[in-house]
Amino acid sequence: MNTTSSRQNSMTPGSPQKQTPASSLPSGSYFKRIVSGFISLLRGMGLTVTYLTDPRTVVTQQYPENRATLLMTPRFRACLTMVRDETGAHCCTACGLCEKACPNGTISVLTMKDLSGRKMLGKYVYRLLQCTFCNLCVETCPFGAIVMGQNYELAAYDRDALVLTLHSEEDEPHA
Amino acid sequence: MELPAGFTYRPIQNGATDEYFLNMGPQHPSTHGVLRLVLRLDGENIIEIVPHLGYVHRGIEKMGENQTYLQNIHLTDRLDYLSAYSNNLALCLAIEEALEIGVPERGEYLRVMICELQRIQSHLLWWGVLGMDMGAVTSFLYGFKEREPITDIFEELCGARLTMNFFRPGGSAFDAPETFLPRVREVISSIRKAVDEFHTLLTHNVIFQERTKGIGVLSREKALAYGCSGAVLRGSGVDYDVRKNQPYSLYDQFDFSVPTGTTGDCFDRYLVRLEEMLQATNILEQAVRRFPGGPHRSKVKAQYKLPAGSYWSQVESARGLFGVYVVADGSAKPYRIKYRSPSFSNLQVLSELVIGHKIADLVAIIATLDLVIPDIDR
Amino acid sequence: MSVFPDKVLYPPNNPIGDLVRTLVPAPFSDVLNGGLAIFSLLALASLTPVVLIWLERKVAAHFQARLGPMRVGWHGTLQPVADGIKLMFKEILKPEGADTFLFFLAPILPATASFLVLTVLPFDHHLQVTDLNAGVLFVIAASGLSIFGVLLAGWSSNNKYSLLGGIRAGAQMISFEISLALLMLLIVLLSGTASLRGIVLAQQGTILDWWIFKFPLFGLVAFILFLISSTAELNRGPFDIVEAESELTGGFTTEYSGISFAMFFFAEFVNMFVAAALATTLFLGGFLAPQMGWGMLDRLLDAVPGFVWFFAKTYGVIFIYMWFRWTFPRLRVDQLMVFEWKVLLPMHLFLLAVAGFFITMEWIPL
Repeated sequence: MNTTSSRQNSMTPGSPQKQTPASSLPSGSYFKRIVSGFISLLRGMGLTVTYLTDPRTVVTQQYPENRATLLMTPRFRACLTMVRDETGAHCCTACGLCEKACPNGTISVLTMKDLSGRKMLGKYVYRLLQCTFCNLCVETCPFGAIVMGQNYELAAYDRDALVLTLHSEEDEPHA
Repeated sequence: MELPAGFTYRPIQNGATDEYFLNMGPQHPSTHGVLRLVLRLDGENIIEIVPHLGYVHRGIEKMGENQTYLQNIHLTDRLDYLSAYSNNLALCLAIEEALEIGVPERGEYLRVMICELQRIQSHLLWWGVLGMDMGAVTSFLYGFKEREPITDIFEELCGARLTMNFFRPGGSAFDAPETFLPRVREVISSIRKAVDEFHTLLTHNVIFQERTKGIGVLSREKALAYGCSGAVLRGSGVDYDVRKNQPYSLYDQFDFSVPTGTTGDCFDRYLVRLEEMLQATNILEQAVRRFPGGPHRSKVKAQYKLPAGSYWSQVESARGLFGVYVVADGSAKPYRIKYRSPSFSNLQVLSELVIGHKIADLVAIIATLDLVIPDIDR
Repeated sequence: MSVFPDKVLYPPNNPIGDLVRTLVPAPFSDVLNGGLAIFSLLALASLTPVVLIWLERKVAAHFQARLGPMRVGWHGTLQPVADGIKLMFKEILKPEGADTFLFFLAPILPATASFLVLTVLPFDHHLQVTDLNAGVLFVIAASGLSIFGVLLAGWSSNNKYSLLGGIRAGAQMISFEISLALLMLLIVLLSGTASLRGIVLAQQGTILDWWIFKFPLFGLVAFILFLISSTAELNRGPFDIVEAESELTGGFTTEYSGISFAMFFFAEFVNMFVAAALATTLFLGGFLAPQMGWGMLDRLLDAVPGFVWFFAKTYGVIFIYMWFRWTFPRLRVDQLMVFEWKVLLPMHLFLLAVAGFFITMEWIPL
């Protein structure tokens, strides 16, 4: 009833003031209380019925059906993925910083040596089971080799299916 | 007959009594998680209750000793999951204090705005759940409906909706996206409209007022003695808000008032929270107007090694005073890390408040204390 | 029946019954007719919850800015069927220490009670299983049975939450039964008959001859009070302290599962239909068309069969029940009692006195 006025008061800066209740229990006689209480109930009913009659107020989504239109924001954090360019090559140098940054031991970077004896990525193990999607690995990576992916449907029937190899020799596309 | 552990009032005499014990929780619709309350009842009247904690104890403080300071930030998300940003901020403030890291102006503004948005979304959820506890299921959906745009902002900002892990020593992990300000403006107007609706649906409702007025009266003295904070303390008429009394970040540059109650009953705590939402929109409005450009984070360090010593920082989270106490030994990991969570102190008054009330009042009191159980158990 | 001489007295027979009587010899035709009546009531009693559950979920959803069930059938129309099949195939659990006989007896009673009340409801001019001349009394007596079901369920479950729910139910339903009885008495007083059919026939004429309007202003008050009392009697929100999900988890139904839970659920919705049908019969002119007093329109409205009007009005009242439930917070148990004994009951007694006064002064045209 006097919400607007109370807001006007509180908007004025300055020392905190004693708050007057936005509405008090209908004081006064027995009958007055019944009538004003009844009116308060009717107002509530008036509010809910506007939601009932206006289908535009529906805010829920029909999830599996709207998959095609459901877009995640660019920064959305889900399953870790490795960035690859058009040729399928990644830029991970197997430095292991992400492994150190991870608070949960989610990542294991296994290295191997190439023919010239340089260290290179052998196997990038990512345990989705343990991941808390904190984004610290992505932040520490100096090469931008990994990103948090957009795939949010991560459930699986088998625990083993949640231990992923982001990069391995078998996965390497033969360019 | 022996009383179960924790009960202190007069023992039951030779079984000649109508008293009985009732387990409320750990799985119960209105204990909001896994709080377990053992009620000692006489019919519907509560004689005494004993809360049992620890059902979601994850040992976060102990875990923290084995993680670097940066990694610890993501653990604070999981204390009070509804004010993850404030928790992040508290730890970052401690690290910044120890290492004397400054924050660019844009970073500070981002912090204030995000924390206020978080306060609003936490209160919206609280409002919805309060309504549901009172039996008005519709309010639950209305609260969530208004909360959704705010979590969308969070998702766009940092990619997560609940466990954000966003603030870093010296600023934040990401800069605000381009759509940030327009979306915040939208939220400001929609929240103001929503609060009006909330008043119509619950505040003015005679049943709701009958259910909350004069229920669970927490006196000023008791609130102070138990170390309550947040809306629970302010509802009892104590004008204390960390943002006003020990301003951190940029809060001393914003005009806002701290609403307080008079009687300290459930209705006062309720009104204080609704008013806090409006005050948060005021802060947001000022921040949107003055939001500066520039960098959002000062120079990033590869490793944060706090010099030996102890550091304390505190913020006003949505539930009250959240503090972090860090004992550092000079290494990259804290020697000991201690969180002072508002819900833990606020829970302690529960057993005082409910005596003599009915089971239905207990539900209302729990709801207005706004407990988040993982924050209590840690 | 000479109370309203200038009013139409519809014959209580309907064509189907007459057809049976012409085809089958005397004693058997009555049996067959009775069987048909019971069968059609059973069909009604089992179809009503299916419709109402869907309606409740849809109405609730749209009140809450949701869509509600959308998957099973067109806009979720088959959802109640799916729910029913699920409940039927669920295991029936009995808690240890429960009183087996009472535990399984309890779910049957509320359904029985609401079914009994259906037998005296006049659905149309010619659609009524039996027209008891003390129909109102029968309604009060039969609906009182449903309390037993709730009480026994609360007691026999061997669960403190159930017990609390059962005890709350006992206190609440018995209190509000008094209120409802007084309101029915009011209508009996006004109509001069206790037969439900008679009450409807007493409201013949235009829309202004329904008791909600014919008893000036007080009729409207009485109707609102009837809605409130019957909501409480139905244990629906804001008076759902018996189930009070946030306090007692499930109240008296806490320990019930499968088909025995479905029985309670079922009875709840049939009860809601019965209560709304009673409100229609007592206040809204039952199966009578809402005539406006304009010749053409009236003839058009009269062409619509009576049972269509009956169901339309009943579902209108049901919508109001749903509106209540999805708007208001729940009352506390002691507030409920205060409300009944200190607000509703005095008001009902006052209304009764006013009605008596009106009748003595002959201010109400009979």
